[in-house]
Amino acid sequence: MVATTEHALPQPVIGPEQNDTSVSEHLSDLVLVKRTPLWWYAGMGISAALMLWLVVAAGWLFYFGVGVWGVNIPVAWGWALANYVWWIGIASGGTFISSLFYLVGADWRNGVNRFAESLTLFAAAAAGLMPIFHLGRQGLFYWLFPYPNVMHIWPQFRSPLLWDFFALAAYVLNSIVFWYIGLIPDCATLRDRATTRRAQIFYGILALGWRGSARHWANYKIVYLVMAGFMAPMVVSVHSIVGLDFAAGIAAGWHSTQWPPYFFIGALYSGWAATLLLIIPIRRLYRLERIVTERHLDIIGKLMLATGLMLAYCYTLEAFQPFYRGDAAERNFFLCSVFGPQGGSFWTRNCLNIFLPQLLWLPVIRRNTIILWLLSLGIIVGMWFERFNFVVTALAHDYMPSYWFNFSATIWDEGILYGSVGLVLVGFFLFIRLLPVVSMFELREIIHRKRKA
Amino acid sequence: MSAAESEIYGLVGEFAEPAGAIAMARRLHQEGFRRFDVHSPLPLEEIEELLPARPRFWLALIMFAAALAGFGLGFFMQYAVAVIFYPLNIGGRPLDSWPAFVPSAWEICAFATVYIGFAAFLVFCRLPKPYHPIFNAPHFERASQDRSFVSVAASDPLFDSDHVTAIFRDCRATSVGEVPA
Repeated sequence: MVATTEHALPQPVIGPEQNDTSVSEHLSDLVLVKRTPLWWYAGMGISAALMLWLVVAAGWLFYFGVGVWGVNIPVAWGWALANYVWWIGIASGGTFISSLFYLVGADWRNGVNRFAESLTLFAAAAAGLMPIFHLGRQGLFYWLFPYPNVMHIWPQFRSPLLWDFFALAAYVLNSIVFWYIGLIPDCATLRDRATTRRAQIFYGILALGWRGSARHWANYKIVYLVMAGFMAPMVVSVHSIVGLDFAAGIAAGWHSTQWPPYFFIGALYSGWAATLLLIIPIRRLYRLERIVTERHLDIIGKLMLATGLMLAYCYTLEAFQPFYRGDAAERNFFLCSVFGPQGGSFWTRNCLNIFLPQLLWLPVIRRNTIILWLLSLGIIVGMWFERFNFVVTALAHDYMPSYWFNFSATIWDEGILYGSVGLVLVGFFLFIRLLPVVSMFELREIIHRKRKA
Repeated sequence: MSAAESEIYGLVGEFAEPAGAIAMARRLHQEGFRRFDVHSPLPLEEIEELLPARPRFWLALIMFAAALAGFGLGFFMQYAVAVIFYPLNIGGRPLDSWPAFVPSAWEICAFATVYIGFAAFLVFCRLPKPYHPIFNAPHFERASQDRSFVSVAASDPLFDSDHVTAIFRDCRATSVGEVPA
């Protein structure tokens, strides 16, 4: 299949004129030589302002308590949890591109994995904050950790909520190492190309004294391979466990075995979309069109289409099951999620996640960066609405009608969501300014592989 | 080994293309040299074949052991907590509900593998090592960009400055030079 698409497409995975020198120069000059562009200051400024919003919203939350949000019994899980599921989903896509497509040896992966992994890192960090915010007493979050304590109590290991703590903690920590080990050889390039003492020391420390020794490369490859082999199933497990958080709850609409795959597919979907969302402008602004080619966008577009179809199947099943099972509460939950007060989010998600992305069938759309970017933005937004609809409606329309609740968010809910977007973007802007945005040595690998073939 | 030779780290030659370094490494290996190294801006599969496989085998084995230990310890930590330290009788269900311990055990397993693997990688590569004599080689800053280098350590029993220089010339090294220890 790879061979046929290669012939059918005019665009190669890397410009044929690119060589070791051009790749090293272009990508490290972006960091070392080029003056910080104006758009960077603008983007960083806006992101930092958004992040400030998070600081204020979180500060108010810590001071006042979760009552500042729109949550109330029975809707105890509100935006924070929707944000959590959303961010961890966005994070998953990056690791998946990086690890799974490394294992299958896809050459296009080398052009985008650094972007995707960096996105993972910051998105996973934002995700990690959400459950902590959500705790009524944020300072006691470490009680989740099993440690001998004077209270003689231990966490409940049978609960998916605790699995989630382990999954997320391990995932964030592993993502850092997986990202960093891939950076070591590139930091050596930056160290060697740096002209100022400060840059030499900074990248020199990060490079750990890497000297491209054949023995080091051999060790590197085996360790990276094993790590990739663990990261790929880990991503699946992390988001499946998020799905189990809900599946183990007894609320009508949550208590179903379909959520682990449903959540994971949605996670990949938002992961591809977030990758495109960031890569399209950066490749333009940093003149990376010959390194992140239309071929990359086309492939991620196809992946998005395929994942979107899987998600459409999940949505169909989600709509089918309440009627098939014949449970009145579940049927009611579903009808409320479609036509109830949160119905808008149901239709928004269907439009943005399922109907509009069908445009991706057309190659011309997949190669039109503006439409592709807009579709990705739509998917990101649509995925948030999916998570929101899923989290809130089930609780707002529980078994007893007398218990129903009309959820509405406050500005402090919004502050946490928009502020977390700022947090991720601040991280991303720092990354594109301080580190090579594409893995240079992996580009050299494909250049040499292509030349040999 | 003469006194002059012991004061140098070895001979280093620069190659415009990895192919030259690969040919050089093959030749050295064939002649029985073992203390030579290739420095390239990308991993070269051809060189890997010349290197002893043992470190890679050990690395893989350490990661495998880390995975088993991580899973095992993670699992039994949960078992100990749920069955011995803090047994909770919920509706008379069994305390040893082992399937519920698998997800966290797997996450701990993946965490242990990646972190122990990374630590083992650093130990096996003897990194971090900010200074190495090879960094004194002329143009060596390009070893991380677009040139390949071969170094032959003076401590190799077969080391002979003239002979090694001749091999470098045969393999069309663009420059050859001594590197001080």
